[in-house]
Amino acid sequence: MFFTSVVLLCLAVLLAWPVPLLLARAQWPSRAPGTALVLWQAIALAGGLSMIGAFVTYGLIPFGPNLLTALRELVRHLFDGTLPDDANLGHIFALCIAVLFTGHLLLNLALTIARTERQRNRHLSLVNLLSAPMPGRPDTRVLDHPAPVAYCLPGMTRSVTVLSEGLVSLLDAEQLKGVIAHERAHLRQQHHLVLVAFKSWHSALPWFPIANRAETAVGLLVEMLADDQARRVVDDTTLATAIALVASEGADRPDGSTLEHLHAGDTAEGVVGSRIQRLLSPRPPLSNTARVAVLVVSVALLLVPTLLLIVI
Amino acid sequence: MATLGDLERAVMDVLWSTENPLSANDLRDRLHASNRDGARDVAVTTVLTVLSRLEGKNFVSRDRSMRPHLYRSVTTRAEHTAGLMHEVLGTAPDREAALARFIGSVSPAEAQTLRELLGASTPTAR
Repeated sequence: MFFTSVVLLCLAVLLAWPVPLLLARAQWPSRAPGTALVLWQAIALAGGLSMIGAFVTYGLIPFGPNLLTALRELVRHLFDGTLPDDANLGHIFALCIAVLFTGHLLLNLALTIARTERQRNRHLSLVNLLSAPMPGRPDTRVLDHPAPVAYCLPGMTRSVTVLSEGLVSLLDAEQLKGVIAHERAHLRQQHHLVLVAFKSWHSALPWFPIANRAETAVGLLVEMLADDQARRVVDDTTLATAIALVASEGADRPDGSTLEHLHAGDTAEGVVGSRIQRLLSPRPPLSNTARVAVLVVSVALLLVPTLLLIVI
Repeated sequence: MATLGDLERAVMDVLWSTENPLSANDLRDRLHASNRDGARDVAVTTVLTVLSRLEGKNFVSRDRSMRPHLYRSVTTRAEHTAGLMHEVLGTAPDREAALARFIGSVSPAEAQTLRELLGASTPTAR
């Protein structure tokens, strides 16, 4: 068990620091955002499992040779109020850490989901009162406000895409179609579920810079996935122009301007910049072999700590 | 058949469009006159149900000093929309927006770069 605990701790440290840092800097995720999203989730889950597993296995060393018997022994000792002879403060401390850390993560997830859900429902009822459905598009609503915004409200029974008057007047029909397709993709692919998980991870570990990086990276990947769906409906330049117009709030621009004549590298930094650059100078999608390799790595990441815990 | 949500919106539209407080009977008459889907043949009891829901949501205030009770909107539509928009743009002080926007926050420098790019990329500017 001591060996298992050391291996799990090493895995946890790797997954908590160098691995996500490398992935956040890598260039390939923009060529296969869906695959990269799977890898991010595997890293987060396997990292948490390894960290908790390392403390559990270390704390259970005096209770038995493997996880199952040791857990059974632990329960017996808890009922009797006794401790094995060779248990020391370190073992008890490790067990307490494991319980507290697990509780903290799960409680935070539950709270974040509940808070998000409540906020979203309140928001949706306000939107329903303040806006009318778009003619011919019952799931799209237009808010009477000059700031150009578009967002979606995922719901249990019915999801709604909200546009502002400012956005509708800023964009032409084709660009608007792209924006709506983008928001629909978020709803259809249930992106809010991934986002809320990473948001809760970040809020549970606010002092941990990697959690922040992960949340940002996942946020960008989700936008790229939605952009890829929108590209099936409108062409790349239209979508890129819509993104640039909304981001710059359309001030001081000549009518009918597009990004057609832009060169790669001209674009701005940051999330918006990477999205525009990706649309205007597309790089070939990741090869199937590479995708499969990433998926295999993701599954392996989850299997290794699980097997270490069960088998040894 | 209109849903309760549609009726709530129809009632608020009436209240927002007038300065004066209205009774449930006045409201029903105006809803009939508005000729909106589902509001054409609504009963006073339904209007009262909708009004008490809206009062619960703090959209409507009720003046109980008179018979019949008079109802008015608490704030204007524009104020509600502005509040909603603060939430969307993440500028509301008390809550972080849990909404994924088409475009997230953009720094002023980033917006400026994009404006220049949009301006420079018109065919005439080449």
